[in-house]
Amino acid sequence: MGQKVALTGNEAAAFAMRQIDPDVVAAYPITPQTEIVQHFSSFVHDGRVRTEFVTVESEHSAMSACIGSAAAGARTMTATCSQGLALMWEMLYIASAFRLPLVMPVVNRALSGPINIHCDHSDAMGARDSGWIQLYSESAQEVYDNLIQAVRIAEHAQVHLPVMVCQDGFVTSHGLENLEIEPDEAVRAFVGEYRPEYHLLDPERPITMGPLALQNAYFEARRQLAAAMHEAKPVILAVAREFEALTGRSYGFFEAYRMADAELVAVALNSTAGTLKEAVDELRRQGTRAGLLKPRVFRPFPWEEMADALTRPGIRAVAVLDRADTNSTLGGPLFNDVRAALFDAGRRPPVKNYIYGLGGRDVSFAELVSVFGDLRATARDGGTDTPVTYLGVQPRRSGELAAAGTRRR
Amino acid sequence: MPGTLKDLSRRPSLLTAGHRLCAGCGAPIAIRQLLLAAGTGLVISNATGCVEVGTTIYPQTAWNVSWIHSAFENAAATMSGVETAYRSLKKQGKVRADFRFVALGGDGGTYDIGFQALSGAVERGHRMVYVCYDNGAYMNTGIQRSSATPLGADTTTSPAGTRIPGKPGHRKDLTAIMAAHDVPYVAQASPSHWQDLVAKMEKALAADGPAFLNVLAPCPRGWRHESSETIEVARLAVDTCFWPLYEVAKGAWRLTYRPGKKKPLDEWLKLQGRFAHLFRPGGEAIRQELQAWVDRKWAELVARCA
Repeated sequence: MGQKVALTGNEAAAFAMRQIDPDVVAAYPITPQTEIVQHFSSFVHDGRVRTEFVTVESEHSAMSACIGSAAAGARTMTATCSQGLALMWEMLYIASAFRLPLVMPVVNRALSGPINIHCDHSDAMGARDSGWIQLYSESAQEVYDNLIQAVRIAEHAQVHLPVMVCQDGFVTSHGLENLEIEPDEAVRAFVGEYRPEYHLLDPERPITMGPLALQNAYFEARRQLAAAMHEAKPVILAVAREFEALTGRSYGFFEAYRMADAELVAVALNSTAGTLKEAVDELRRQGTRAGLLKPRVFRPFPWEEMADALTRPGIRAVAVLDRADTNSTLGGPLFNDVRAALFDAGRRPPVKNYIYGLGGRDVSFAELVSVFGDLRATARDGGTDTPVTYLGVQPRRSGELAAAGTRRR
Repeated sequence: MPGTLKDLSRRPSLLTAGHRLCAGCGAPIAIRQLLLAAGTGLVISNATGCVEVGTTIYPQTAWNVSWIHSAFENAAATMSGVETAYRSLKKQGKVRADFRFVALGGDGGTYDIGFQALSGAVERGHRMVYVCYDNGAYMNTGIQRSSATPLGADTTTSPAGTRIPGKPGHRKDLTAIMAAHDVPYVAQASPSHWQDLVAKMEKALAADGPAFLNVLAPCPRGWRHESSETIEVARLAVDTCFWPLYEVAKGAWRLTYRPGKKKPLDEWLKLQGRFAHLFRPGGEAIRQELQAWVDRKWAELVARCA
């Protein structure tokens, strides 16, 4: 049975890592992820885990060492964020191409520049096409639960892909929350032993990993990776069912909050979903049928399920909130994927994009309520005159164009 | 101690025939000699470069031992992970066999882009032998200068131009830099002196911690010498003291070979097309500067080894 404790998001990640007890961790400090590395170092130095810990000299080497370790047959983890994730970028693609089941907490932080240590999702969004599964977490509880499930998803024979488990820097990573934790033995039994079929340390069967693959082979390797992302979808749900049987906590591709009869719907990742739930409740008290769809799985992108959820008759307008920009002039990454998912639906609601909270800019309850006010007007007038709005940006400091958003001509 | 040539010839070849490296390439000659010292029970981590490209075009491999390549700048970091996984799994009884670990990189992957990862890995004390096969330029991409390129050498990014005649500046003394990391064993070797090279590899593998070997690997394409003369070119690099053979074992510097008569550097330079412009009018000053640098470095080394 679970036990109630108070932990920050970083502590919850380190706690889950201690219970998973990987063979190897290779990691490097970076704000606001550093606490994970610090807590885990204490577990190593106090003999509370069997893990060998590699205190690498950079995140590039962290991911390189993780690749070497997992290729040698060890269950391997790391953690990072922001510039660290950016420095790993080259190796992220190689980890997934090698089909190595690494698991990595990512404590979302803005990318430089200007340099900024606070929350947004530009780091993880920059890695969205790297072949890593991405799980997002609203709370410390979800960080804990997602990390434990991530091990099983990554190592599943039909998947064999690395997984990053995202949480919001400082908001979640440093905020103290009550959560339910499982006993060590239960987690250990849930994740089981890692026994890869091929590895570098088999004396009877030496292998070559990472050969040059030219025009006759590269494409097939990439296609296999794409196929594994398809395979991951049912596995993610199966692991969630097993996890629910153990803990009573239920997970899917996304959480649908008061969606059954919703007319105006917001879509948002991570901690902002928590504030949005409050906004939805408040609007419901005022008589507005508001709802929230919070994606948990962003890669693979559950586009069919999301299209079903967002094209239910009765939904009159959708706002996708992005804590990252693509700089394409057509909004954020979540918006673009959600919109593309709806394209083939016979009847689809207008979809607006709100880019918010970059570099940790606080997003207020009133601002989120105002998004639903906008949606009401969009539903009434139809169409989206301004598909992309920068929410909470100061007009005089950022210029009129940014304040006005991107206007359709 | 290494066996006789006959003994060595009976050992299994871990890098097999059929690889696609150029005729006369110094790298596979040196690597095969090194692996004769190692025997099986080995994992190799290879940086991107000629050896990686030339030995593993999928679905073929020339390696009879486990081998991993992930990227250019991280052979040492990747091997850190492999070696750590081995310690973890061995401790838990999940791996029973004994393994030793060799990281391989060219001078581009070692002196330049992979230097941070190498420095970090040896500082952490992973038990691995890092072997740099030094051919003095980025040969895989088409002979661009690296920080291992000698003064004056003609490369495609330091061409022998009318204003700037080849590479400006001397090469980085990486072997000494690695010795400054105070690791158990550091040595410089050449495939022309195979017995010395095999003995150094044996010591490196036996070291209780990280070891670094810098091995000269002449490149007939980049150095522009006859492919039949690879070993002779390597021998002259040693006999001119451009590439002294020495080791630093637990801080003790020792020359492992002292040329009977130190030959003039010109004898080595004139075998190589990359220095041909230095033998035309105006090139003499650079040759003299290069000779003076070799003389100074040799005197410093002899003093350290005294």
